[in-house]
Amino acid sequence: MLLIECPWCGPRAETEFSYGGEAGITRPRDPDALSDAEWADYLFCRSNPRGNHRELWNHAHGCRRWFGVERDTVTYRISRSFELYPAAVPETDAALQSGPDNSNGGD
Amino acid sequence: MKRYSAFSLLRNALSHNRNWRPAWRSPAPKKSYDAIVVGGGGHGLATAYYLAKEHGISNVAVLEKGWIGGGNTGRNTTIVRSNYLWTEAALLYEKSMKLWEGLSQDLNYNVMFSQRGVYNLAHSLQDMRDIERRVNANRLNGIDAEVVSASELGKAIPYLNVSPDARYPILGASLQRRGGVARHDAVAWGFARAADALGVDIIEQCEVTGIEVKNGKAVGVLTTRGSIASDRIGVVVAGHASVLAKMAGLRLPIESHPLQAFVSEPIKPVLDTVVMSGAVHGYISQSDKGELVVGAGIDSYNGYGQRGSFPVIEHAMQAIIELFPIFSRVRMLRLWGGIVDVAPDACPILSKTPVEGLYFNCGWGTGGFKATPGSGWVFAHTMARDEAHELNAPFSLERFTTGALVDEHGAAAVAH
Repeated sequence: MLLIECPWCGPRAETEFSYGGEAGITRPRDPDALSDAEWADYLFCRSNPRGNHRELWNHAHGCRRWFGVERDTVTYRISRSFELYPAAVPETDAALQSGPDNSNGGD
Repeated sequence: MKRYSAFSLLRNALSHNRNWRPAWRSPAPKKSYDAIVVGGGGHGLATAYYLAKEHGISNVAVLEKGWIGGGNTGRNTTIVRSNYLWTEAALLYEKSMKLWEGLSQDLNYNVMFSQRGVYNLAHSLQDMRDIERRVNANRLNGIDAEVVSASELGKAIPYLNVSPDARYPILGASLQRRGGVARHDAVAWGFARAADALGVDIIEQCEVTGIEVKNGKAVGVLTTRGSIASDRIGVVVAGHASVLAKMAGLRLPIESHPLQAFVSEPIKPVLDTVVMSGAVHGYISQSDKGELVVGAGIDSYNGYGQRGSFPVIEHAMQAIIELFPIFSRVRMLRLWGGIVDVAPDACPILSKTPVEGLYFNCGWGTGGFKATPGSGWVFAHTMARDEAHELNAPFSLERFTTGALVDEHGAAAVAH
């Protein structure tokens, strides 16, 4: 069982969270300008690394907020959790675009 | 290769079983091959076997980083069936089923293929509708399938809880009688032995660390046992597909997840078929040794660790006890995880790539074992002719660009 640190609620059991896939995938600003291959890469392709992985988690049975986690995909060791929308930074388009990505949710 | 037969058993028994020969050689890798298969699991070995048998390409190396049968081939729950919904998938899995039906004779190796039937349970009205739709679709594709009522289920599987008072009452099931189980180790060993007999070099403890590409063409691989040249390279590495793709500068629509399974202590024969439930989520059969073999769902997070989290095991066990209250006191002996390569549409990728001479066979996700012979058969065709067979043409990498996905999340039966 993973012990995941929610930035707002502290360390909680994995069962309180739901997984949101790879972090940092931004929706293209102008999808119509993309080729089919570029759109497919955004929609379906993932880096799926063996080792350090930046990923999204949602504290579904807690504060229900999204945040990022850095975790090793071999040892499963979590090195840190981080806020996706740090309070100091105003909510710009860019910050919105690095938000939760649900495109690969099939769970 | 010395053929196995009743006579060979008798002859070796008379010499106190001291004269059995290893089932395959352990050759040192050559400098070059006509074709290289990366990954010595069932699918890779089957690919090499059919390359030699069907296409006359026997100067082939199978490169395995561990040992034969140590990866997902030895980690699955051994279920074989072909009752997929969409025609593209159904025909591919049915090709595999037809090969299963003659596989022991073909390989001269007993893979213990047992067509004991596979039941997929329905727990809601919508489950029943889906099952009836899938059964009809299967029949239109010439695949045996039938709808079974709850009372028939109660007679066929005595300890299954078909009471209407159950928490998630069973309303019925689909049944594929030709489905069943096979001994997974024997499948790997049988393909290895048969491929070796046709001249294929099976090289264990040989990890591929790089793929050499020149002018858009694959020219060889770097391994822990030196570099090996070949202009035809098939990558069949399941959970590590993305890692190998990166070596060739490619990105795949694949994510790797842990998938767990476990077996109980051996008990007397109690379950003579395979029971799967996608709704409460568990699947179970009994091995010839008497162990109950139970499969869980995947862990939601990406993982290469060959182990998952305990809540997933607990969830599968709850489902099994819900279905079979009699098993509540059975003790579990061993549990393990495999790394499954999940594609967005729960269908495999059997495809050429943008790199000429480089082919990928991956994306089988949670259901690759059943496809072992068919996967090797179509992939050998793809590698030998540099074009897909009509059975695997729908499973190209291009489908993610064109949008022609084959959505088999329903029939995949394991929650993704």
